Order: sequence, then C-alpha cells, then structure tokens
Amino acid sequence: MQVPRYWREIPKRYRLEASECINCHNVIFPEKLSCPQCSSKAFKTIRLSGKGKLVTHTIIRIAPEGFNDQVPYAMGIIKMEEGPQIMAQITDCDPDKLKTGDPMIYQFRRIRDDGNTGVIMYAYKFVPDVGI
Amino acid sequence: MRKVAIVGVGLIKWGELWEKSLRQIAAEAIFECLEDAGTDRIDAMTIGNMSGGLFNGQEHLSSLIPDFMGLKNIPAMRIESACASGGMAVRTAYLEVASGLSDFAVAVGVEKMTDISGQEATYALATAADQDHEAFHGVTFPGLYAMMAKAHMDRYGTTREDLSSVVIKNHKNGSLNPNAQFPFEITGDQVLRSPMVADPLRLLDCSPISDGAAAVMLTTLEEAEKLKKQPVLISGIGHATDSLALSSRNDILKMEAVEQSASKALEMAGKSIEDIDFAEVHDCFSIAEIMILEALGVVPPGEGGKASSEGLTALNGKFPVNPSGGLKSKGHPVGATGVAQICEAVAQLKGEAGKRQLKNVKAGLTQNMGGSAGSSVVHILEVI
Amino acid sequence: MVGIVGYGTKIPRYRIKVEEIAKVWGTDAPSYKRGLNLNEKSVPAPDEDCATLSVNAALNALKRAEIDPAEIGAVYVGSESHPYAVKPTGTIVSEAIGACPYVHTADLEFACKAGTEGMFIALNLVKSGAVPYALAIGADTSQGAPGDALEYSAAAGAAAFIMGNKNLIAELKDTHCFMTDTPDFWRREYKHYPEHGGRFTGAPAYFKHVSGAVDAILGKTNLSPKDFDYVIFHQPNGKFPVQAAKKFGFKEPQYLPGLLSPTLGNTYSGSSPMGFAATLDIAKPGELILLISYGSGAGSDAFVFETTNRIDEVRNRAPKLKKQLDEHKFYIEYGTYAKFRKKILVPN
Repeated sequence: MQVPRYWREIPKRYRLEASECINCHNVIFPEKLSCPQCSSKAFKTIRLSGKGKLVTHTIIRIAPEGFNDQVPYAMGIIKMEEGPQIMAQITDCDPDKLKTGDPMIYQFRRIRDDGNTGVIMYAYKFVPDVGI
Repeated sequence: MRKVAIVGVGLIKWGELWEKSLRQIAAEAIFECLEDAGTDRIDAMTIGNMSGGLFNGQEHLSSLIPDFMGLKNIPAMRIESACASGGMAVRTAYLEVASGLSDFAVAVGVEKMTDISGQEATYALATAADQDHEAFHGVTFPGLYAMMAKAHMDRYGTTREDLSSVVIKNHKNGSLNPNAQFPFEITGDQVLRSPMVADPLRLLDCSPISDGAAAVMLTTLEEAEKLKKQPVLISGIGHATDSLALSSRNDILKMEAVEQSASKALEMAGKSIEDIDFAEVHDCFSIAEIMILEALGVVPPGEGGKASSEGLTALNGKFPVNPSGGLKSKGHPVGATGVAQICEAVAQLKGEAGKRQLKNVKAGLTQNMGGSAGSSVVHILEVI
Repeated sequence: MVGIVGYGTKIPRYRIKVEEIAKVWGTDAPSYKRGLNLNEKSVPAPDEDCATLSVNAALNALKRAEIDPAEIGAVYVGSESHPYAVKPTGTIVSEAIGACPYVHTADLEFACKAGTEGMFIALNLVKSGAVPYALAIGADTSQGAPGDALEYSAAAGAAAFIMGNKNLIAELKDTHCFMTDTPDFWRREYKHYPEHGGRFTGAPAYFKHVSGAVDAILGKTNLSPKDFDYVIFHQPNGKFPVQAAKKFGFKEPQYLPGLLSPTLGNTYSGSSPMGFAATLDIAKPGELILLISYGSGAGSDAFVFETTNRIDEVRNRAPKLKKQLDEHKFYIEYGTYAKFRKKILVPN
C-alpha cells in the first residue's frame, strides 16, 4: 500500500511545485531544507513552467515491476527553464529519435497503478514540444 | 588513533548459490577469514548488507550471523550504504580498532540476491535510488548509468568500443580468478550481441545478480606481529556522499563523492594517485569504471574511455584496474563487493593473487560506491 | 452576461485505421468507411486516461483564460470512463490545475452527454453568482467491445471550458434540454464493455432527441438554422451528425468545421464539446454557434453561443484542435492497440 507516500508528493508530481530560495533565487526541485547554493532556509513555492530541454536520456527495455506494459519507454533528465533538472519519462515520442537538447514540455500522465485493484498514481511526464 | 592492519581474509566462490542461505554464506566467509588470520577472537563484527529485508525478508543480521556461527555475545552491527555497504563495514571495523575500542574487528559483506525473481531484485536494487523522484517514475539502475553513458558519449566522444573495452578487460582478469562468478573471457562481438537493457547499455555492460560473501579481519600492528602474519596496512580511508538523485547534480558526469572520498583517503595516506600501483573499483556498469578513473584523477575528465581502450588499466597496463575481474566478472553481491575488493587488494599486495598477480605492487586503492555514486568509500592499502 | 473565458482540448497521438480493425474481424472496411463515414480513430496511450486527458485539456483552457486557477470555484468532469468506479476524477483534475482546496467538484455520467451536462451546470453556477469561474470537461477513453461495431468508433479525447462572467470569448445566449427515458445504449455495473440496441440507437434515440432539442432551442430563441454561422452535433460516427444537419437545412460551411468523427472517432463525452472547440478555433468575433449534444439513455442539451472580440486574442495561446488531430500522429496495428487498451489477458 503506497498511498501515503504517493499522496504526500502530489504538489510536486501534479503541479511541478518547486522551491525558490528567497536569498539567492536558486530554484530547487524537488525541495531541500537548505539551499545548496547559499545555505539559506527561506523559500517560497513556485510552479515551474513545464518547459525545458533534454540533457540526456535512455530507453528502458527491462523495466521494474509495474512498468512492463510500457516497455520500451524513454526516460531522461530535463533541464527546466527555471534551472532545476528533473528525471522523468518521455512519453508520446519515438524513443529512437530523441536527441540531447530537444525541447520538452510537461504533460500530466499515469505513472503506474498499485495492482489492478489499487490506487492509480499520476505525475508529470515530458513530451517533445511539437506545439500540440 | 592506532594504526590498523588486515591480518586475514575470507572469500567464498560467488555465483547463484542455490543450496546456501544468507546466514550460511556470511558464516562461511567469516570462518575462512578467522582461519586465515589464525585467531577466533572477535571483539566486534560489522556486517555490510544492502537489503536482507527485500532480498531475503530478513533483517537483524547482527544477531542472525553470529548465532548461526554458534557464537554469542558478539558486538555485531549491520552497516548499510546500498552497494557501498561492504566498504562502509570495513571502515566501521577500522574505527573500532583505531579508536582502541576493539583489538580484533571482523568486517563481513554479504548479499544473497537470488532468493527472489530478477524483477523483484531489480526493484530491491532500485531502492538505492531516490524512490520518490527516480524509481517512482520507472527508472532502473542500468537506466541511470545509461543516462550517464549517453551524456559521456555526447560530451566527450566516448565510444561503444570504449565501453566494451572495460567489459573485455575485466572478464579477461576474471578468467584468472577462481572465485569469480563468470571466470571466462568475452569478446567485443559478444557484448554487441547481448540484449539492450537501457540504451546504450547492453546486458554485458552490467554487473550480474549474485550471491556472495567476503570477510576481513582488522587488528593493530602489535597484535598482527603476535599472530606472525604479514599485515597489510590500511593507511587511508575516505568517505563522502553526494545527492541521492542523479538529476540533482549540476554535472551528471562528475562523481563528486568518488572524487572527495579518494582525495581524503590519499591525503590521509600522505600519497597522490601517482603513488598508487593498482585499484579495485566499483564497475557496476562499464561506464562506471570509465567515470571512476576520471574521478580518481587517474586520467583527466572525459579521457576514461580512451584510456581503457588504450590498455592503461589492463593487468599489464600502467595502472591496472580490477585485477580481480571487478564486479563485472567476479560478481556483484552488493553488500559483499566492498569487502571483496579489499580481499583482492590484500592478495595482490601479499603476492598471493595467483595467475592474475601484479608485479611489484606496494600500494593499492579500493573504491566502493552506492547507487549512482550517492555515497563512496575509498581505502588505501599498503604492504609494510 | 455569462459564457466561456477559455477552452482547450487534448487528443492522444495514437491512431488506428478502420482497415486495421476490419482486417482482424474479417469485416468489410470500405462499407464501414462509406456507411459510417469513419476512417480512423484516436487511441489513448497506456499512460493516458480520462483524468490525464482532462488535466491536459484544462491546462490548455487555462492558457486561453488567463486566470488564476485558484479562482475556479467548481470543476465538473463528464465521462463514461472515469478511472475509478469510486473516487472522483474531479479532485485529480482540480489538484493538478491548482484549483484546490476551495472548489466544488463532481464527476458526471450520462453516456456521451456528460460533457455538456458539466457545461450546463458550470454556466448556470456562474450565472447564479455562486462562483466566479467554473470548469467543465468532457473526456473519455471509450471502449468498444472487440469485434463490435462500436470498436470502429470508440475513441479518446477531451475538451475543457472555463466559464465566467467577464473577459468572455463566447457569450451564452440560451440553453435548452430534451430528455426521455430511452434505453438505447448502456453498461451495467462491473461490465467492461457497453451494449447497445443496434438500429434502435438511430431514429427513436439519437435523431428524436437531437431534433427535439434543436426544435426547442430554435423556438425559444426565435432563431432559424440560417441565422447560425456554425452548428455542432454529437458525433457517434461520421454519418448521423451530417444527416441531422441536413434535416434542418444546415449547410456544409456550418457543420463541417465541427465535424471531427471521420478522423477522430467518437470521443463520447468529449465528442460534441470537441467539435465545439474546433469551431471556436476558427470562429470570428460576433458569430453565432449552435451546440447540440446527445447522450444515450437519452437526452440532448442545446446551447447558443455568440463569439466576442476576445476570441481573436486568445485562440493562439494554446494548441488548436485541428493541429492535435492532424499532426504528429502515430499509427498502430491492432496488436499494439489491443495491448494499449488492455484487451490481452496477461498474468496479474
């Protein structure tokens, strides 16, 4: 039963809520309790724009439990416009055609479900930004 | 702080040990180590184990292992730092002896990974990544290292052949190691024909799922002398951590925990990397060995792949790496790996490494890391 | 004054052609294409469902509405494929767009009419002054039983509309509803696929209710078909809406911009709302639009909207439906489709 652990992360997973350091304006995702750049502990919550560029990626062909039906799927690290890097699945793409530097945009998707009677878990994924 | 030396090692043959349990392989390695050390005195026992809970449904190894050995009243503790658990167990045993709290401390590393399915093991291993921000999204360890490999290829021009050169070299070394899980050579073609796991990493770029255990006995130089054993001195220890999630790093190609742990260990030993004759490093994937070479300062950033292809790290190269066969060929029972690296360094330094024996080696380095290098521990060992 | 302040759509990128389905079941593809005016349909990716389509459509609507999502006081999701039997889709959508926690949500179900049901409630809630903005979504990942005629049309998509009382892009002129108890299509509890009454779904069901709603709204507003610039009917296939339009004397330029089913399929609760969104994508300010939904069971909602000057300012702030429909498509074979739609028995 993964419900509490899933539920706790909803603001980040659904809305890309990040922390902006009040002192040095460093944007951190996911949040930390002190700024790795200036050690300040004062943050405000912001929503990331959802736009970024692909830093690196791979195609998962042997998946962990819960992801078998999606194989093969692309995963990558996306550098967001605001600065932080996010690891996520890249969906709605031809994985073989992804290139470093490709523009990426947030989409809300299903990640997996906790068995076919359990809770359905949703979160951000990214898709190539092709204007649709 | 007292000087600490290794006076005994115990290592069983690794592999898929269907007949043997977690407690059995750990106990066998310790008994072998005690025999090698010539003492049965245990003032403290440290147990490196990543996940008895997930692999075997068994926690509380501190009671389990001495109990199965038929011992009571042993101050034993389990140490966990994912795949660096073994190295951390040795470090903890070192602290026991160096501090004066214990005179004889045995460090055992153990993992019994084949009690569950491959997919369940993949899940258990993925708990060494950030569950909420990496594993939740479906990434695997091969996936994380594949992303590093892709970035390394993009930025530095590292090639498929460079990755394969690590695999070929480690299997060649492992073919000379009777304790290795896969003691045979493989070719570049075999690597290329193996199934893709996470592009660009293929099955043969990845270390295997293994059962195994290893143990070392640590004591003071005075006690070593009494035992009439040739001691191998632990002259430096470094330990560092980095972000758990790969994506949190400013530069995903910089293994800062490895850099920091190595420079601390070298500083403690009063040495530079040029003074080191060989290394056992954490080649959980082919790309890992390439990046570790760079992080240790053996080669400048970006040149690890080329250096491997050119033979720098071969048994007869200028800086031999993983003479044991590494995680790739010897096997990777995660909690045991860091301890076994030290067993290999001791064997090399004492001239007991058989067909894979390096010539004229006086100082060796072991590097053991957890996850995607979220933690790393380095030991410097010397013959005296 | 009440109406629409923003709208947005989402169509999955996967498509399957009628020929590909016909090949598996040994049916005559040309007759389906001719008879039902269906060529291909959208297929949701394995990681898409009614909730994800709703969220992604709603985020596009927010781009056009340019409002603070926290000001949205009500969220209604109409669908016959809510991901849970018990647990609202509306909370998922509200949370993802940033409308929580001060928001009223409800999941609606009325076969293919659940989307316009939400629109009807949202518009009237704003009109009453209870909330400043209300979001209504029609979304479905509809399932047709393998081999059934519905399999050629059951598609996936969503349209979202944010209703308000200022900065409108289309003002609501009037509404009307036409309902009777007519069991032409249903799905019983715990059943995976719906069942339907075959030809009974035509004259006594679709055509009777659609016509009843058109007659009623024309009478109520004193308008005639020629007064409208555009008309959108519910689109269970490509044939019914054209027949309905012709019956009332609507011409192609009035109904073609909103006719999506020939290449989209029937997106159920999303169907007529998506046709309406495609029409808003091209409508000029000051144009009159008639929207007629249909839901089996059965009933039709009728809406008359008039576009405002603001529509020209906002339409390019989010992807247009035609672009989502016509570009960047991935065609799949029946095997992949069967896997995506969980029609293959796999060990749990």
